[in-house]
Amino acid sequence: MAASNGQRTLTMAQAISEAMASEMERDESVFVMGEDIGSYGGIFGATAGLLDRFGPERVIDTPISEAGFIGTALGAAAEGMRPIAELMFVDFFGVAMDQIYNHLAKNTYMSNGNVRLPVVIPTAIGGGYSDGAQHSQCLYATFAHVPGLKVVVPSNAYDAKGLMIEAIRDDNPVLYLFHKGIMGLAWMSYFEGATTQVPEESYTVPFGQARVVRPGSDVTIVTLSQMVHKAQLAAEDLAGRGVSAEILDLRTLVPLDRDAVLTSVAKTRRLLIADEDYLSFGLSGEIAAIVAEHLDTLHMEAPVRRLAVPDVPIPYSRPLEQAVIPQVTDIVAAVEELVGSRVTA
Amino acid sequence: MRCTPEEALWMYETMLVIRKYEETMVKVYMEGKLPPHIQKGLAFDIGSGPVPGEMHLAAGQEPVAVGVCVHLRDDDTVVGTHRPHHFAIAKKVPLQAMTAEIFGKATGLSRGKGGHMHLFDPAHKFSCSGIEGASMPPACGAALAGKKLGRDSVAVAVLGEGAANQGTFHESLNLAGVWQLPVVFVVEDNGWAISVKKETATAVTSNAARGAAYGIPGVDVAENDPLAVYEAAGEAIERARTGGGPTIIEVKTHRLLGHFQGDGEVYRPKEEVSGLRELDAIPAMAARLRGESIADDDLLSEIDERAERTVAAAYEFARTSPLPEPAEALEHVFV
Repeated sequence: MAASNGQRTLTMAQAISEAMASEMERDESVFVMGEDIGSYGGIFGATAGLLDRFGPERVIDTPISEAGFIGTALGAAAEGMRPIAELMFVDFFGVAMDQIYNHLAKNTYMSNGNVRLPVVIPTAIGGGYSDGAQHSQCLYATFAHVPGLKVVVPSNAYDAKGLMIEAIRDDNPVLYLFHKGIMGLAWMSYFEGATTQVPEESYTVPFGQARVVRPGSDVTIVTLSQMVHKAQLAAEDLAGRGVSAEILDLRTLVPLDRDAVLTSVAKTRRLLIADEDYLSFGLSGEIAAIVAEHLDTLHMEAPVRRLAVPDVPIPYSRPLEQAVIPQVTDIVAAVEELVGSRVTA
Repeated sequence: MRCTPEEALWMYETMLVIRKYEETMVKVYMEGKLPPHIQKGLAFDIGSGPVPGEMHLAAGQEPVAVGVCVHLRDDDTVVGTHRPHHFAIAKKVPLQAMTAEIFGKATGLSRGKGGHMHLFDPAHKFSCSGIEGASMPPACGAALAGKKLGRDSVAVAVLGEGAANQGTFHESLNLAGVWQLPVVFVVEDNGWAISVKKETATAVTSNAARGAAYGIPGVDVAENDPLAVYEAAGEAIERARTGGGPTIIEVKTHRLLGHFQGDGEVYRPKEEVSGLRELDAIPAMAARLRGESIADDDLLSEIDERAERTVAAAYEFARTSPLPEPAEALEHVFV
């Protein structure tokens, strides 16, 4: 937390916990529950310090009972509370999925909008440190596929705080997926660019507004989460080779900023989607489809290109894992290929 | 039910192998994870070194694994947890291939695709999972298959006391009860679900008592003692093998290390661990073997040296084995 010219620098984990604390301060109906979120402070530090400040009535360690406590969050939200229910790893959603996709995602609609479910489910995503197939997935597209869930995927501390406050104040269920490799944890190598200056005061980052991380003219790289940082390294490399890449950080999948994608692609006429989720039936297909649906007005120089996990579970062994998760060099290679290829009439 | 001298010696040697294995892993796991190998600002890098990823060690819980597995045959199934090494070793999963798997090597059980929490050895009918509460339904399935195929094999589901609060626990106990499956649920109660104490997360004192709700015998083993586990597990496995149906056993055991390596254990009083170390089952078992004239000092040191060599050979094999080729990552999504 270095202080310079009045601004503090926070890790994403600190920014998330600060956002929760400020909302708990402001609104008595906000409370947090989940596994190891109390004295441990959350396995990824997202709730550090909250127990000391707010006590065990509002910061509740739960049994290992995800279906139970996520359903409990739903029930409490329907009565007017604003629960934050942390799911330790997104990979664990399966044991609670019925409560999430059949109830949390649908009760508002089935009640004709008469039931409000302001629940936030923060959860950890991503691999890159050999934790194996059951602890390394992203899966945000799985949730984005189900109508009724908002899906937030921050890439840095500033956005993480503003998006968390927005999530808590939203009257709808929000899946809030943070990548372990950008939280700023003392036990995992991370991209330092995710640790940013964060204002002390409360602010929100609205959902559905992508951010141009780096302007460019030759190619658009649509991405999110940890891959934003890999794309930045790739873009620097590409700049040295005379290729100007524009990077778009989606920030939220639901709602999705389709206009930002179209605006950027209209300018650069080339599109690479870089994603750490699985390739097929996912985010990259969705973004490609948005462009395909606008080919009457967009004039593409090259076919759309996708980089994602090639439809295999995340392997444990390091060389295997590095091979399936897109790396900086893969982004560079894909962009070079795109710049060299042409749409034929 | 009383164990034979041969069984007692096997349990002792297996506990020693497990302990030496885990204590070696404590050191190997930290290689390359501390400065100066890692970037500035990090205290520890979980992704570095020869063994990356999470590492959950079972030191202290050896009596449960050996007291159960001493009764099992190769055709009996064990489904373990995210803390699987002790049960894998006691179920005779080849130590060299298991260690190579944990190192992510091409000579590993799954050529590096599984890893520490996902050990699969169909030849010895051992598997495990990184998901809490996931061991019980597959164990019921193995038991159901054994019954349908007319075998007298049994299945064992291992779980922690924390996982007994998952829905799968209750659904599996009910299935096992209503279908009278030859399955034994073995709950390792080390008192902690990561940082959450059993008393604050579980509405009953003993998970064995929950068996009553499903018409299943429940047995509490209050001491972390291989012979006490031997007796309880022996009766349960015999009952399952002879058509008497399922049992749930909860063993009060000890987690000597953190939930994972690198866990600062801010939630646990330091005295607890030193107290647990004084109750260590391994020296106690050695004293008993000596007292009952099953082993003298010469035999004990012979066993110790053999266990040492077994463990050293496994690590040596894993270290010197090659890594898999990156392209292998694309194989075996389907067969």
